[in-house]
Amino acid sequence: MAMNYNAKDEVDGGPPCPPGGTAKTRRPDNTAFKQQRLPAWQPILTAGTVLPTFFIIGLIFIPIGIGIFVTSNNIREIEGNVFMYYGLSNFYQNHRRYVKSRDDGQLNGDPSALLNPSKECEPYRRNEDKPIAPCGAIANSMFNDTLELFQVGNASDLMPITLKKKGIAWWTDKNVKFRNPPGTDPLEERFKGTTKPVNWVKPVYMLDSDEDNNGFINEDFIVWMRTAALPTFRKLYRLIERKSDLHPTLPAGRYYLNITYNYPVHSFDGRKRMILSTISWMGGKNPFLGIAYITIGSISFLLGVVLLVINHKYRNSSNTADITI
Amino acid sequence: MEREPAAAAAEEPGPPGRRRRREGRMRTVRSNLQPPPGAEEPAGKGAPRRRLRGGAQHLADNRLKTTKYTLLSFLPKNLFEQFHRLANVYFVFIALLNFVPAVNAFQPGLALAPVLFILAVTAFKDLWEDYSRHRSDHEINHLGCLVFSREEEQYVNRFWKEIRVGDFVRLRCNETIPADILLLSSSDPDGLCHIETASLDGETNLKRRQVVRGFSELVSEFNPLTFTSIIECEKPNNDLTRFRGCIIHGNGKKAGLYKENLLLRGCTLRNTEAVVGIVIYAGHETKALLNNSGPRYKRSRLERQMNCDVLWCVLLLICMSLFSAIGHGLWVQRYQEKKSLFDVPESDGTSLSPVPAAVYSFLTMIIVLQVLIPISLYVSIEIVKVCQVYFINQDIELYDEETDSQLQCRALNITEDLGQIQYIFSDKTGTLTENKMVFRRCTVSGIEYSHDANAQRLARYQEADSEEEEVVPRGGSLPPRGAAGAHPSTRAAHQSQSSRAHRRMGSRAEARRVSMLTELTAFSSPMEKDVTPDPKLLEKVHECGRCLASARHQEHPLDHLSPELSDIFDFFIALTICNTVVVTSLDQPRQKVRVRFELKSPVKTIENFLRRFTPSRLTLGSSSVGSASVAAKSTPKASLLSTLANDGALLRLEERLGAGTPRLASNGYSSAADGWAAERSPTGSEPRAELRYEAESPDEAALVHAARAYSCALVGRLHDQVSVELPHLGRLTFELLHTLGFDSIRKRMSVVIRHPLTDEINVYTKGADSVVMDLLLPCSTDDARGRHQMKIRSKTQNYLNLYAVEGLRTLCIAKRVLSKEEYACWLQSHLEAESAVDNREELLFQSAIRLETNLHLLGATGIEDRLQDGVPETIAKLRQAGLQIWVLTGDKQETAVNIAHACKLLDHDEEVITLNAESQEACEALLDQCLRYVQSCSPQRTAGSLSVGFAPLCPPSEATASGPSLVIDGRSLAYALQKNLEDKFLFLAKQCRSVLCCRSTPLQKSMVVKLVRSKLKAMTLAIGDGANDVSMIQVADVGVGISGQEGMQAVMASDFAVPKFRYLARLLIVHGHWCYSRLANMVLYFFYKNTMFVGLLFWFQFYCGFSASAMIDQWYLIFFNLLFSSLPQLVTGVLDKDVTAGVLLAEPQLYQSGQNMEEYRPRTFWLNMADAAFQSLVCFFIPYLAYYDSDTDIFTWGTPITAVALFTFLLHLGIETKTWTWLNWTACGFSVILFFTVALIYNASCTTCYPPSNPYWTMQTLMGDPVFYSICLLAPVAALLPRLFFKALQGTLFPTPLQLGRQLARRSPGKFRAPRETSVRGHIPGEARTKPPGQRSINVAQAVSRDCGSRVSRGTWQPACSPEAGGEPSTVDMGVPRREGTLPDRLGSQPSRSSPPGPVAVEGCPGGSRMRPMSASRPAPLPSVFSVPGLSSLNWMSSLSLVGRLGSVLQFSRSSLPVDKHDGDFLPSSTPPGRDLCGSSGQTTDCF
Repeated sequence: MAMNYNAKDEVDGGPPCPPGGTAKTRRPDNTAFKQQRLPAWQPILTAGTVLPTFFIIGLIFIPIGIGIFVTSNNIREIEGNVFMYYGLSNFYQNHRRYVKSRDDGQLNGDPSALLNPSKECEPYRRNEDKPIAPCGAIANSMFNDTLELFQVGNASDLMPITLKKKGIAWWTDKNVKFRNPPGTDPLEERFKGTTKPVNWVKPVYMLDSDEDNNGFINEDFIVWMRTAALPTFRKLYRLIERKSDLHPTLPAGRYYLNITYNYPVHSFDGRKRMILSTISWMGGKNPFLGIAYITIGSISFLLGVVLLVINHKYRNSSNTADITI
Repeated sequence: MEREPAAAAAEEPGPPGRRRRREGRMRTVRSNLQPPPGAEEPAGKGAPRRRLRGGAQHLADNRLKTTKYTLLSFLPKNLFEQFHRLANVYFVFIALLNFVPAVNAFQPGLALAPVLFILAVTAFKDLWEDYSRHRSDHEINHLGCLVFSREEEQYVNRFWKEIRVGDFVRLRCNETIPADILLLSSSDPDGLCHIETASLDGETNLKRRQVVRGFSELVSEFNPLTFTSIIECEKPNNDLTRFRGCIIHGNGKKAGLYKENLLLRGCTLRNTEAVVGIVIYAGHETKALLNNSGPRYKRSRLERQMNCDVLWCVLLLICMSLFSAIGHGLWVQRYQEKKSLFDVPESDGTSLSPVPAAVYSFLTMIIVLQVLIPISLYVSIEIVKVCQVYFINQDIELYDEETDSQLQCRALNITEDLGQIQYIFSDKTGTLTENKMVFRRCTVSGIEYSHDANAQRLARYQEADSEEEEVVPRGGSLPPRGAAGAHPSTRAAHQSQSSRAHRRMGSRAEARRVSMLTELTAFSSPMEKDVTPDPKLLEKVHECGRCLASARHQEHPLDHLSPELSDIFDFFIALTICNTVVVTSLDQPRQKVRVRFELKSPVKTIENFLRRFTPSRLTLGSSSVGSASVAAKSTPKASLLSTLANDGALLRLEERLGAGTPRLASNGYSSAADGWAAERSPTGSEPRAELRYEAESPDEAALVHAARAYSCALVGRLHDQVSVELPHLGRLTFELLHTLGFDSIRKRMSVVIRHPLTDEINVYTKGADSVVMDLLLPCSTDDARGRHQMKIRSKTQNYLNLYAVEGLRTLCIAKRVLSKEEYACWLQSHLEAESAVDNREELLFQSAIRLETNLHLLGATGIEDRLQDGVPETIAKLRQAGLQIWVLTGDKQETAVNIAHACKLLDHDEEVITLNAESQEACEALLDQCLRYVQSCSPQRTAGSLSVGFAPLCPPSEATASGPSLVIDGRSLAYALQKNLEDKFLFLAKQCRSVLCCRSTPLQKSMVVKLVRSKLKAMTLAIGDGANDVSMIQVADVGVGISGQEGMQAVMASDFAVPKFRYLARLLIVHGHWCYSRLANMVLYFFYKNTMFVGLLFWFQFYCGFSASAMIDQWYLIFFNLLFSSLPQLVTGVLDKDVTAGVLLAEPQLYQSGQNMEEYRPRTFWLNMADAAFQSLVCFFIPYLAYYDSDTDIFTWGTPITAVALFTFLLHLGIETKTWTWLNWTACGFSVILFFTVALIYNASCTTCYPPSNPYWTMQTLMGDPVFYSICLLAPVAALLPRLFFKALQGTLFPTPLQLGRQLARRSPGKFRAPRETSVRGHIPGEARTKPPGQRSINVAQAVSRDCGSRVSRGTWQPACSPEAGGEPSTVDMGVPRREGTLPDRLGSQPSRSSPPGPVAVEGCPGGSRMRPMSASRPAPLPSVFSVPGLSSLNWMSSLSLVGRLGSVLQFSRSSLPVDKHDGDFLPSSTPPGRDLCGSSGQTTDCF
């Protein structure tokens, strides 16, 4: 309301202006914006105007799809670095309360949070009056099978394949997000006053012998803490680095996988898998995107053809209609 | 009422208990200067004194406080008010739910953020509004006025806010009255003062107020210190027309108080030097403020529909949550016993059992999915509406150069209703017409004076209209001579006063009213003033004057005139004095040439008698120069009556009657004869041109100006006398005994005067011919004189009919000579009526009726009320737009019909059903008959559909295209609006192309609107300009006021105010359509957006065990709606134009999309929701499958989904946006950039914050991932392909009219510029008649082909209207015939094919051969009429057949013959026989 009157009042309240006087009028400004005459592009959606869009989409998507598809399929060849994953099915890492059950402050090495973890960690917050480090359900349920890969040699001898433990987590996670409690003491000292998660066999400072991969910055732990999006997921376990350009990283042959079974998944109908894969620029092997692009591109192209036909048929009739009526 | 104060006075010293009880009803006011009763010590300061007295009753002070809040109370109070909105409660509830740990989905603080944001925005808006109110209050509170101070014993300047009840206030001329004040003293010798109440009721005339009885006798200066009286009056109430109380003087005498004694706050004192009064009500207890209701709040139809859909969303939300809860329960049950690793037990270590888990999940889901009810929806809609209002206000094509006003939107929240109007109810006078009354012709004594020269002059004005208006932009509100006048003092006074008024007018409304007032005080433009007299009549007038001048000193001067000349003389006298016109001269302050009668009625004492004839009586009361420089009007009107009563005239009358009537003749009145001679002197020398006439209604001014053209100039009017300057006679002063004001029931006004020449008491009556003709003295056919009279009457009636056919407003002038006995007799009853306590109005009405009988017909006048510019074109456009236009007017039928013809509301070649019934039964029979007739005309409509009732979903537009027109008069309307007939009437009216209600009262107008609104469920718009339209405007869905000539009342009641009728077309067809389409699309988009977004979350529940987990980061979730995706839709909602203004105006039928709610109807809503569901599926499952069995984590997966959703929204909006300006591009770009910027900053800001997502470096990582981009490209395209495809398909195969319109504009972009220029901006000279012939034929082609189209479409729609079909025609059905319907128009405007329209029409449509003259081809229904009982009044039938005939005649003759002639043949016979005495014109000459 107020807005309407203001402009008027200034003029209104005064004396009626004598004719001829250069009085302020209430005439609105004749600007393109105020008169809603801004230059505009006004697309009209008809078969004729839209069909190029469909063809363009088709023409762009199909090549992209083919490219992605080919890339994805090429992953089969085990060249370059090979990634070793473990996969879990029917494991709901995305459950609401599970996702929340962590304390990022603690994982960041905050001493106070170490000894007094967040409430979100309940009921895996304290055990026997000691704070759990790392607290929470995520950490508690950490995958603790050990996978070892051996190449079966010619004489059935097992040649262990070097599995690199480091470099599997995000760089930022390893170096920024996750930190051990501060101090120069040995790790055990720094974690003093805490207890291991209920399900764990070993405390957190004994996850690895390597000081750089122990405690909160253990990369297996970090990877696990990145909760999977979907109930069927894989997590990077180890890296198999290629040794030379000439040989494939994992040459054809028989391999032997030794699994130290610690992790019970059978009780909840879970499944465990081990996946070996290389990755391309598109990531791991997943033919879906390529197929999807090709499909959508084709559909688009097809619809474009349909529109073309319709446009062709209809334009004639509509043109005549325009003229006759 | 008289008794109550009496009782009060009796128990004045009574016990306090009784006192208090009495004070429940009454208010006691004492002078603040006197010590309060009971308090011994004289109180010092005002405040403590008040507190002492305040124990008994609390009286508001005069401080104006319209603010709602104080600094302290703002927060709680504002929050409290905001929580009245259900949506806010809902959102806060959801946010608070987050504080419960078991169910929380988000961080509690974060969840509150959007709600707080919305609340804060609203609070800020409220605060700002409140602050501006506070500022205006402050300004008003600090206005100054003179209050009597006890300490200084004089009047001192105080602020308004310091005035208290019981204070004495002295007001000077032109001051605004600060509070409700009881008038105690006036500088006026008669104890009168004038106030202008325009700011209260919009009436621009002056009202008279009178000093309280008992104080008027005080000759000396009123001294407040001696005021010891006690005032008892009513508690404050908002009734402006009532005030009752009594004043008890110190000596125990008491006197009644009436509304005539009260000066109301907000009014302006005029024409009186100074007054003193005591404050009765102050501040918020004043009547003005009690009447000041808050701003209007209406809820638009779209909003109602939207609220319904919001409820659907709530239901959907509950369903989804319930589904999810059950799913979670089952999931928990499944994994409960399995010791799953991912199961998180309760804090005490136990697992949650399924049922509580499900309950928690339900609540959490509600929180997570709350976005489904868009929190920003209401805010966005508010914003969009404000912007729409802004653009409407800014539209230069709605700006009226002439009045320098643009369209005002007074209601902010119903802009989109403008696009859905189905019925327009229009007033006629001042709305369709200019309400500039121009004297056109007259007939006196049976002789017609055609005023040909006058007609030519008017024609010239018509041509030169535009230039004329340029030259005098203010319609002559300030005559140039006056403005340039060489009276520097006057000008200075004027200016200072104006600027002072400017300064003082604190409140916006007051200022506005004042400005309107200054524009409106003078109605007359040069066109109205400069009447060219008819030479014949002028000659007769002069002859008359000469005769009288020679015979004036003889005994009966009038007897020397021939009857005709006598009539002419009386006619002009009547024109001059039978009105309430006030004469002012601009250059000089209003001279109060006061003849100091102490009394307004016959002389009471000898002293008075003597005093009346002392020479000193002249110029006694002339006020000082400069104090009253502004023109003012005094309107004696009915208030005179009360004046008489107050002076105890009754007593004197009785005494006089006892003494015998001869005395009456011999007293002072005979002085009038020489009076006029003596009074030529003081002001007679003034030049005539300086006189200005200020009239209540423009008709009066027109008549006075006309009389002046014949040298009968009204030169002065006081409440008790009228001075007229006559040719050869000079100035005559008529003593004005009574003025019986105009009212709409009597439809006439009268003055009772004493004729100075004959000393007779004459009654001059001026009124509607239908009324006056019935009141004439029955004349015998025996003697020649009687026969002559009869002849004169029949001739006059003849001419009256002729005038009406011409569209002139007719008034009859009549006269009655009262003998002294008759007068005395009447006077006594009249005075009794005046002094009556109960139903005084009724008695006065009766009294007036008693006086206005046995009249002698003098003549009749025809006043032209010219059509406003562009009215026919506007009406044509509006009708093309499918709007049904009803004209509700108080005018007589013939005039209304002819105006309707002139503005193309009625076509000459279409049938008109005239409904004039004399009784309820006849009305029913007529209605039945008409219904049968109408139904037989349209065979598709079976009689069954009547019994089915009105299917509101049937678009009314189908009925508008063809069908007859209905004309109904007020009396029949009253019958038709009865409960048992209203259905029939409505059904009939619905089938009619247009409806014309004549002689309807304001109440009837609003009843009709209400009926249509409630029964047909139609959107109604009422447009009017006067006070009589207010009720109609308030009842309608959209009220439009015309800020024209008749005050501000209509505008004050309206939602939109337009300067002229013609702007209505653009307002509705362009802005209404735009607003509707924009808002509808935006609301749909909102629902789509939220559903789609919520869908993503919902699908995820299937993969997270229905645990109410969200893969989208909570920050995105909460701010997505508010930040990232809100701006583009706002820009589109404000700026999108589906069809350009030019096309909309050129193809008004496009408006029907709004009427039929094509943009937003349940089906579109659900389609939209389905599309949203589909899109969310695509946008969920493409990322799902792309990341299936990958090592991605939940929020790294959720972020691409958010991005995909954003892109999908924008692309979707892109498909829906019809007009891309740089603003749209910017907004979309801004949204994307904002999202990525915020995401990047957010994901880099903190390593340990934002649990549980802790999205550190997520976005950065994603942006290095090609999959992210490929998803962002793929998913939106895949999601929107179907929509785009179907849009394209629909646009090609079944285009809506709107799409055709757009294509049309695209194909010929230049074409639509031209019509806009001419039809809106340019003044089309003349009417359609003057159009070039080519264009004319185009119109015909359009009309015919449109008919065909709609007929076809009606055929296809018919099944849809049956109740089983649910009333929803599918687009397919609708689209195809529509295209046929609209395309012809396009073709019709192609010049090559436009020449022979007939053949095209016949070929083009199946029903085309069944053409207009229905009655000829279908005689069947007519004979059946005769079986109807009560045939006596069924004259509609004849008119029906006549119309048919007329139609066929006119089809051939219109181009060559004058239309009037044919109309004249037929119309008189359509008038009810009972009404005109002498029968219809066709037979008149035969009879006599």
